Amino acid sequence: MTAPAPFQPKPDVPAWRLLLTLGLSGAVAGFLLVFVYQLTLPIIERNKAERLAAAIQEVLKAPDHYDTLYVSSGALTKALPPGADPGKLEAVYLGYHADGTRIGYAIASQEPGFQDQVRLIFGYDDATKTLLGMKVLESKETPGLGDKIEKSEAFVSQFDGVEAPLKGVKAREATSDPHEVDMITGATISSRTVIRIINDALERMEPMLESYRAAAVPAAGTKAGQ
Amino acid sequence: MSDTTPQQDFFRGIWRENPVLIQMLGLCPALAVTNSVANAIVMGIATFFVLTGSSLLVSMVKKLVPGEVRISTYILIIATFVTVADMTLEALVPDIHKALGAFVALIVVNCIILARQEAFASKNTVGRSLLDAFGTGVGFIVAMLMMGTVREVLGNGTILDGTALRMKVIPGNFEPWVIFVLPPGGFLTLGFWLLIISWFQKRRTERARIREWPEGVAARKEAA
Repeated sequence: MTAPAPFQPKPDVPAWRLLLTLGLSGAVAGFLLVFVYQLTLPIIERNKAERLAAAIQEVLKAPDHYDTLYVSSGALTKALPPGADPGKLEAVYLGYHADGTRIGYAIASQEPGFQDQVRLIFGYDDATKTLLGMKVLESKETPGLGDKIEKSEAFVSQFDGVEAPLKGVKAREATSDPHEVDMITGATISSRTVIRIINDALERMEPMLESYRAAAVPAAGTKAGQ
Repeated sequence: MSDTTPQQDFFRGIWRENPVLIQMLGLCPALAVTNSVANAIVMGIATFFVLTGSSLLVSMVKKLVPGEVRISTYILIIATFVTVADMTLEALVPDIHKALGAFVALIVVNCIILARQEAFASKNTVGRSLLDAFGTGVGFIVAMLMMGTVREVLGNGTILDGTALRMKVIPGNFEPWVIFVLPPGGFLTLGFWLLIISWFQKRRTERARIREWPEGVAARKEAA
């Protein structure tokens, strides 16, 4: 058996043809991708906005309407700072009852969990320093164990009415302390992550929330869902 | 290369040369994203779309592409279809797109697709290449479903969880075997399917041998 002959390019294919083939297919592919991108981008953006709006409705317990407050140079502002991209600024959402009284803030935050970044949103009443609810927006925690932080009704419902700062305890060591959250057996790291995200976000936001509360007179905001 | 009929072009990929279960190609998505039936179906359909589109285009331009740059051109074509599929999935089924993660983009390097271009679409007519792509694509979906169904039923007790068609197939106090939706479950499920398939194949060859030469097999049995 002889060794196969090394691959010899046919001499009759000039370099310009190779360049033309790749250049042309690249150009066609590029045009096609731009076209599909333009077509799908608005739908993707709308999906994201809808998911966020639904989460705000849930954690603030169906507010009549809410304001979007942007975090800009260490303070909350209702007006978008000039030249800033609203999609890139961190924002909190201040919900109101129909009669104009405040419900509380919806704050989204993320930190590393057991597998990947865990992103969640929670409702917080800054007057009583009590949480209103919590919803996990994105997580890749272990199915069946860590993903109970979003699927277990018993765990999620604890975040309604618990007082900040939160303290995670094992279920059998639970006392009647209003700061306590029972952690999930077998998902200690994921449970701690949720508690840590909320505590860290509140620690960071609390001064801003307080100064906004002192400065701003409650005014009519945009209608919910906008 | 027209030694096969159109039916053979189509059905070959579904069972006899199933890309995952027989050729052992594309195992990465078959292990990684088959933890639920919905994920398996969407991944299967995305791969089917990319495979069919690429085979169609490659068989159309096969005369125009010089041999020296054919692989680059095929990869470019495949990558374009994958990106189109990626953006379409993100727009239409955002939840499943999130669950599939990087594996949609990784269809580019799925060897099933490049193998069909290099081995078939670049040498055959448009019609036959399409039939071949349909067959292989359906074969991939079948394999994904075989994996996904077993894993979701045992690991979660449901079928099509997370969609409107959710069914609870194991009622009562069944504690789901969580390991089946985790990575080890993928290897276990694939292993058991391959075991069953090779057992069937062995039995089939044994029977064919008895059919062809019954006296010889009987004599050997007596001797043993």
